[in-house]
Amino acid sequence: MSKTTTDATPERADGTPPERADDADLGAAGSQLSTAPREELPNLPSLGVIGWARWFWRQLTSMRVALLLLLLVSLGAIPGSLIPQSGTDATKVADFRKAHTLLSPVYDKLGLFHVYSSVWFAAIYILLFVSLIGCIVPRTWQFVGQLRGRPPGAPKRLTRLPAYTTWRTETEPEQVREVALALLKKRRFRAHLAGDAVAAEKGYLREIGNLAFHIALIVMLIAFAWGQLFKSEGNKLIVEGDGFSNTTTQYDDFKSGNLFTTDDLVPFSFTLDKFTGTYETNGPNRGTPRTYQAALTYSQGAYGKEQKRTVKVNEPLSIGDAKVYLTAHGYAPVITVRDGKGKVVYSDAVPLLPLDSNVTSTGVVKVLDGYKNAKGVSEQLGISAFFLPTYTKGSETASTFPALDNPVLNLTPYHGDLGVDSGIPQSVYQLDKSHVKEYKDAKGAQLRDNLKPGQTMKLPDGAGSITYEGTKEWANFQVVQQPGTDWALAGALTAIFGLAASLFIQRRRVWVRAVAGPDGVTVVEMAGLGRSESAKVPEELGDLAGILYDQDEKTTPEPEVVPAEGAEK
Amino acid sequence: MTLAAGTELATATNEHLANISNTLIYSAMAVYTLAFFAYIAEWLFGSRSKVGRTAAALTPGAAKAKGKAPAVTVNKAGGTAVLERPKVVVRSAAGARDVPDGPGAHGGDEQGDLYGRIAISLTVLAYLIHLGGVIARAASVERAPWGNMYEFNITFSAVAVTVYLALLALRKNVRWLGLFLVTTVLLDLGIAVTVLYTASDQLVPALHSYWLYIHVSTAILCGAVFYVGAVGTLLYLFKDSYESKLESGGTPGRFATSFLERLPASASLDKFSYRVNAAVFPLWTFTIIAGAIWAESAWGRYWGWDPKETWAFITWVAYACYLHARATAGWKGRKAAYLALIAFGCWLFNYYGVNIFVSGKHSYAGV
Ligand code: HEM
Repeated sequence: MSKTTTDATPERADGTPPERADDADLGAAGSQLSTAPREELPNLPSLGVIGWARWFWRQLTSMRVALLLLLLVSLGAIPGSLIPQSGTDATKVADFRKAHTLLSPVYDKLGLFHVYSSVWFAAIYILLFVSLIGCIVPRTWQFVGQLRGRPPGAPKRLTRLPAYTTWRTETEPEQVREVALALLKKRRFRAHLAGDAVAAEKGYLREIGNLAFHIALIVMLIAFAWGQLFKSEGNKLIVEGDGFSNTTTQYDDFKSGNLFTTDDLVPFSFTLDKFTGTYETNGPNRGTPRTYQAALTYSQGAYGKEQKRTVKVNEPLSIGDAKVYLTAHGYAPVITVRDGKGKVVYSDAVPLLPLDSNVTSTGVVKVLDGYKNAKGVSEQLGISAFFLPTYTKGSETASTFPALDNPVLNLTPYHGDLGVDSGIPQSVYQLDKSHVKEYKDAKGAQLRDNLKPGQTMKLPDGAGSITYEGTKEWANFQVVQQPGTDWALAGALTAIFGLAASLFIQRRRVWVRAVAGPDGVTVVEMAGLGRSESAKVPEELGDLAGILYDQDEKTTPEPEVVPAEGAEK
Repeated sequence: MTLAAGTELATATNEHLANISNTLIYSAMAVYTLAFFAYIAEWLFGSRSKVGRTAAALTPGAAKAKGKAPAVTVNKAGGTAVLERPKVVVRSAAGARDVPDGPGAHGGDEQGDLYGRIAISLTVLAYLIHLGGVIARAASVERAPWGNMYEFNITFSAVAVTVYLALLALRKNVRWLGLFLVTTVLLDLGIAVTVLYTASDQLVPALHSYWLYIHVSTAILCGAVFYVGAVGTLLYLFKDSYESKLESGGTPGRFATSFLERLPASASLDKFSYRVNAAVFPLWTFTIIAGAIWAESAWGRYWGWDPKETWAFITWVAYACYLHARATAGWKGRKAAYLALIAFGCWLFNYYGVNIFVSGKHSYAGV
């Protein structure tokens, strides 16, 4: 809300609303009290390409257009929150495509399945940031100019300012001015003597804060964009005792940004020593996880020194730009399969997928080669596994507690051809039952059995045996590399402090005029002007006036200033 | 055996606490209802007085010529020297209406004022009970009381009342807010106990982080303050059309006159809601950043356009729009006020709409 300006170009003067004419005698008093650009009436350019370019640039960097672009950004962000996004949930997008065959192609054309990386969304925010830069640069210059200059001198009629006070004193005008100058300087105003008055200004931090805030926004955007382009993210499930080294081929799944190259991966490796989960054992929160932690031994670089570290859910392990997060856990029963001759053909920990919060789990053991049945014929074995870490009588199909209190492993073996050689990719957690046969028990029913750790189930007719040796835990790790995060954080903090300065600090001016009146008595006038109408300006003025008045022993109140009607007190 | 007995005992204590909490919430609602009627009585008695200050100030041809007299004298110098010190004359900006603030709901009527004071006392009492209910609930679930929408609702309204009472305690002119606040609190608690009630539920480990506590508690506080700002904005819009109607020589209806005369001047309401919104905007910025920091340590990315994140961002941009609008000449006043209401609408949608209609990572906050 800058008032009239003296340095105004002719076009700017056009924009002065009529009621401001009333304030014309304020002169330069209110000029440059902020660096906000003045709103111009949209007058069309007169001539030529350069004229148009200048017009366009001025429009783009005006507050009005900034406002419009801000509105557009928030509007543009809405569809992405309501329509499934391929970046966050690809299966939901697929479901949506199936359900809406007419809409989907339209959505595809408009990029509505990936709004935040779509061309039109980018167009909006890039325009916004061009506008922002176009706004910041001139404002910074202007502000530097204001810092170099001095607060403008007192306007002729101080009574016209938003806050005003006056009194009379026998003290000489020069002395009053000197005392006022000293006081204002002590109060950390930038003050100087200009003619018959002291001119002072304070609150520049507001402008600095505002500029810092807007610059911080740019820093945050660049840091975020940089992070997206060079980002990588992979998942790896590891059973206790197993290890991992950071190369793309070792991941179960891996995603990366457009400019990422495999050389960008931070070299490190680690072994999962032990996973520990503890749970609330009583109360309404029974079963709620209290801790999830994974003890790791890791080494940095190819031949780095081995170090121990514990990773928890909210406490990732940082190695360079990479962070290793613990994202999931489950159980991996150790299973040994022997063939008809008693030869061990399979012995491994089999990670099972949890189904619920009490870690009821399922999975499959696949014995692909090495197994021969009782007749000596090579076959494949597939064993469906269903696992309850805490089995309670009466709850046969669901675990009643997430810890390994009373583990029971239910196994259903099949034999035949698992179909893994057919070339169609298969989930390790699923069994293709089209070419396998069940085993029958003595009564002719399908063979299945519940095992406790250490127990063995025999396959019928000497076809071998399956032993449940014990249980290991597995943990899933997500390894994320996103450069620029520190910059984003620094930008965010700057933005908060800048914003607070910009919103809470008032930039204001104070003038103290002291002149000899016709009767020889000195008339002191004080006035204050803030950037916006704020109760603080008159408060502060009253404070300063009170001090000046009290310091001076030869004062008399000015009787002419009468409170207006409707005044409080 | 001993373990099992201990379990039962603990469960019983927790259930007991949860029941106490429910009783307290219902009692608070009863007392808020009494406060509601006391506020109504304040407004009713207040309607007896014929204030009409706004009308006097604005009706064309009225005794006072517009823009001539300086508005208010502020005397800030404290101590004994008050009378001797020079007075500061405050002059409102050119073009602004010189309208005095209304006297408040009681309209200067003594009985109305008495009911108003009773209403505030009842609000304080209800608030204390309400607070007890929230604390008992927290104790019963052994965590912060915002694990699901029921808890979020009861906490949110408690914080909104805290904001109101704090403003009152700071001697701000906010008594006019009382009726609207208590009405909303009753609605909010009513929805909580009927639709949203959840016995108790669990938090997953991702929710175990002090960043989460910071993030959610500041989010609730911001919501409560934004709400107070939005009420101010809404009343500003009514009062502003009332004033401009008077200014252009119209005669507003009797109800509008009686009601709006007693509210602060539109300029004061506008300034109030601006201050409130501007004061809390940096905190809202911080809330989003705290959320991002937490998301970074829990999910491995600080920003992922999750619906809740997206709407927090939209809300933030909408408030930034509002602040820009205030700083831009052509958009001050009503247009900016609409933006502020839209921004608050975004906040509301983020809270109710996203939890109910959209699923995302935040959905375990539970309906
Ligand atoms: C990227 C999005 C932007 C956001 C989130 C944003 C946010 C804000 C906020 C919250 C304020 C309030 C501070 C105050 O009232 O003093 C503000 C002030 C300001 N903004 Fe922005 N802004 C953005 C872009 C822009 C752009 C593109 C421009 C230039 C065209 C701009 C120019 C200004 C100016 C001049 C002020 C200060 C107004 C004054 O001094 O009163 N902003 N901005």
